[in-house]
Amino acid sequence: MAVWTITSRDTLPAVVGFVAYGLLLALVWVRLAAPDVALTEAAIGSGITGGLLLGASARLRATEAPATGETPGMTLRVAAAVLCALVAAGLAAIVVLLPEPAPTLAPQVAANMAATGLGNPVTAVLMAYRAIDTLLETVVLLLALLGTWSLAPDRIWGGFPGVRHDADPHGLLTFIAQFLAPVGILVGIHIFWVGSVAPGGEFQAATILAAMWILATMAGLVDAPPVSRRRLRILLVAGPAVFFAIGLAGLAMAGAFLAYPAPYAKLLILMIEIPVTLSIAATLALLVAGPPQRAPPR
Amino acid sequence: MSSATLYGLCGAVLVGLGLFGLIVHPQLLRKILAFNLIGSGVFLLFGVVARKGAAAGFGGDPVPQALVITGLVVAFAATALAIALLLRLFEQTGQVTLRSDG
Repeated sequence: MAVWTITSRDTLPAVVGFVAYGLLLALVWVRLAAPDVALTEAAIGSGITGGLLLGASARLRATEAPATGETPGMTLRVAAAVLCALVAAGLAAIVVLLPEPAPTLAPQVAANMAATGLGNPVTAVLMAYRAIDTLLETVVLLLALLGTWSLAPDRIWGGFPGVRHDADPHGLLTFIAQFLAPVGILVGIHIFWVGSVAPGGEFQAATILAAMWILATMAGLVDAPPVSRRRLRILLVAGPAVFFAIGLAGLAMAGAFLAYPAPYAKLLILMIEIPVTLSIAATLALLVAGPPQRAPPR
Repeated sequence: MSSATLYGLCGAVLVGLGLFGLIVHPQLLRKILAFNLIGSGVFLLFGVVARKGAAAGFGGDPVPQALVITGLVVAFAATALAIALLLRLFEQTGQVTLRSDG
């Protein structure tokens, strides 16, 4: 599938190949005993990225023919192939020569997991030991969204992202959106909740929620809000803001930034996760919707 | 050879393949695709390291796994920004490549 993605002559089949490849990769993650990563890969790596790429390739369809004329010459291709084969071989050698037994932090995580009140080690790492990474990650998402929005021309700054979709109100897409969205939201909440004890968690749940919203906009059931709307902006920053506030509270109560006082650890983590999930869902959906393309309401 | 090592080799090949696509394809959208392939190869290598670090009753070391989840989300954010930039470039100039003389 990966070979297909690179060698295919047209862009659209390459993108479709990429989505299928992402789903296969999710199976590989299951085989590597990483079900949390598998869920994220299927939802974000394959699902939402795939949707975004499909949209872009459809917009750029007409440019296929002239662009293919610019393929670099044979010499460059061979040189690139040799270089890349060397890189791959180097990495392969490292894989084969990995130390046995491999260094691991699993015992430390296991020893301290009880303190967080969580049953899923990956969630425990994300929300407790490496919480600063997760906090910064939500900020990175917001920055990407700001960057995307800032690409809009001046006159439609603050307008509606994406084009307005008008689907047939009695058509199949509308039916699917009406039928699937409530179910999807339930599934999203379930994945969020079980994330504390089983594979799942806020990123996977947020992606599902975002996908449901995208489906509803595509069917024309709801329209994207203008990016200048205050409530939307509050929703977007709520997650990182709450995360940061609780982190600061940890400084006062437990002596370190993002440290949770032991008896309230699980409660605090949930208090962080709920707004973070909603913020991430909104950010992901708006990233897919793209920069504003229609003027704001006057 | 364990299955984890096999997947690790796959990851190495993916990085090489993605790098090739990144260099050879003129269209920016294909470059973005290839870049995502490199990323998934690197994540796969990470996953293999996690699998090899299985201990304390877990199937794999949870720390690299959590880092991969973070990485996937950041990769998505970068891809979304790159596509927005590409579409804007296309709107402004009608180009989808980085040709300097165009």
